[in-house]
Amino acid sequence: MSTVPILELDGISIAFGGLKALSNVCFRVEKGEIFSVIGPNGAGKTTLFNIVSGVYRPQSGSVKLAGTTVTGEPPNRLAARGLSRSFQNLQIFARMSAAENVMVGRHLKESRNVAAHLLGLGGRDNRASRARAMELLALIGLEGEADTPAGALPYGAAKRLEIARALATEPSLLLLDEPAAGCNPVETGEIEEVIRRIAAMGVTVVLVEHDMKLVMRISDRIHVLNYGETLAEGRPQDIRTHPKVVEAYLGRHGAREAAHA
Amino acid sequence: MPALLRRFLPVLILLALVVALPFLLKSAYQLRVATLVFTAGLTAIGLNILMGQAGQVSLGHAGFGGIGAYAVAILPTHYGVHPLAAFLIGVTAAGLVAFVVGRPILRLRGHYLAVATLGMGILIAMVIQNQQALTGGPDGMQVPRMELFGWRVRGAETWYWICGAFLIAGAVLAVNLIDSPTGRALRAVHDSEVAARVLGIDVARAKLTAFTISAVYAATGGALLAFVNAFVTPDIAGFLHSVELVTMVVLGGLGSVVGAVVGAAILVVLPQVLTVFHEYEHLAIGLIMIGVMIFMRAGVVPTLIGLVRGRSA
Repeated sequence: MSTVPILELDGISIAFGGLKALSNVCFRVEKGEIFSVIGPNGAGKTTLFNIVSGVYRPQSGSVKLAGTTVTGEPPNRLAARGLSRSFQNLQIFARMSAAENVMVGRHLKESRNVAAHLLGLGGRDNRASRARAMELLALIGLEGEADTPAGALPYGAAKRLEIARALATEPSLLLLDEPAAGCNPVETGEIEEVIRRIAAMGVTVVLVEHDMKLVMRISDRIHVLNYGETLAEGRPQDIRTHPKVVEAYLGRHGAREAAHA
Repeated sequence: MPALLRRFLPVLILLALVVALPFLLKSAYQLRVATLVFTAGLTAIGLNILMGQAGQVSLGHAGFGGIGAYAVAILPTHYGVHPLAAFLIGVTAAGLVAFVVGRPILRLRGHYLAVATLGMGILIAMVIQNQQALTGGPDGMQVPRMELFGWRVRGAETWYWICGAFLIAGAVLAVNLIDSPTGRALRAVHDSEVAARVLGIDVARAKLTAFTISAVYAATGGALLAFVNAFVTPDIAGFLHSVELVTMVVLGGLGSVVGAVVGAAILVVLPQVLTVFHEYEHLAIGLIMIGVMIFMRAGVVPTLIGLVRGRSA
């Protein structure tokens, strides 16, 4: 317990109208972990991500990033603190090329001198960002599609592109919101490979995912939400057999699927 | 270097156009029409940074053109300011107004932003209309001649080259911006604001940057137009002109530098050409514009580029 957790949520609650989306959610993510948040549809997983990444502000509770309270800070400020994320519903920049998408992730590393940019003096940043983008595209296996408009990429490739773009911010904490949603088994395997590589780079990964096989294979620890409340937390082998989780979420079929993972 | 060539291709096309036109155009009148296209084109290139790159609409940009135009009319006439200084003051003032007004209104999106910018434009036009003592009110006012080191700037051909040079300079700045970190940030904001924010982009600042730059372009275009005509009326700042500017950008092609100038050319030249239709002139213009938007939905230039690429592929 000597090290400060990279992410610490304490008593997070938020309601939309009368609907309590999250109540009193607490957890800690240690540096270097792959930490998954699972739960049935509507359990509040994406809402939780939106709170951690600053898109929503919680009505109560606090978010700490590496020991610093950041509750309610805007996403661009959090990005500067080393937090980045992908989105469940694709949010790629469809009219920009794959390489340009990743280059946008370098925004905070680039100069913001608009006058210099108008005069065409952004060349050094352009070259550095392009070079880094090509490395990250290679990491996700898209180096051959660098100049393809992102909107023309197949779904699985676009999903990976979002991850590469988030990585371009050089995050210490990466939130992945259903990276394998809508992907076929081959694409899911590619995503898994990418996540493992990211973790090997020392980036802490927090994952929301419905693909139980993937979650069980890849996670160090799992946090289970149900109706906005914490149901359980533990290592994959504990969660798989946890009676409450089996009842609420995995069901008999899911338990069997998870057991085979 | 093909990447550099691709970046500056729009500039080369416009440069060729500016250099070639004097050989093709026969009368001073035609040269004057081309000059009007350049001033409008400059404004449209700027507005396209806001609309085509950052994806934000403005229905009040003529107001900024009005600030530039009236600065070069009022300051030399009433205060004895040198026309060149008046030009710089006008352009700076428009940029400042955009910066100050843009802060609150760029929080709005879509239709709400459209209405807010519309109000801003109308406000500027009303001030110009009502300050009769300064602006001459609805009748407009004369613009004193520019004089540089004893050289009186005049003649259709002189203004043609000056406005052509400004158009090229404006195009160079615009293509530089598109391919820079700022340009990428603007395009990111256009495609997904939430993703842009998560990647560290200050979305409000990005929009304000685009708004201010486009206002400076509009004021420059407006001031040049005032010099060329040697006369200015409140119409230059009016709502109708704002709509024309937006039409130029959309018609020519959102996001295309050459498209902005093509759009400007269509809106400036068409009424001149179609005078043969007399009272049916406006009907003809309207039908042509509707036709272009139906058959060239992405705008004239992007559609043509797409056709050429499709053929060669």
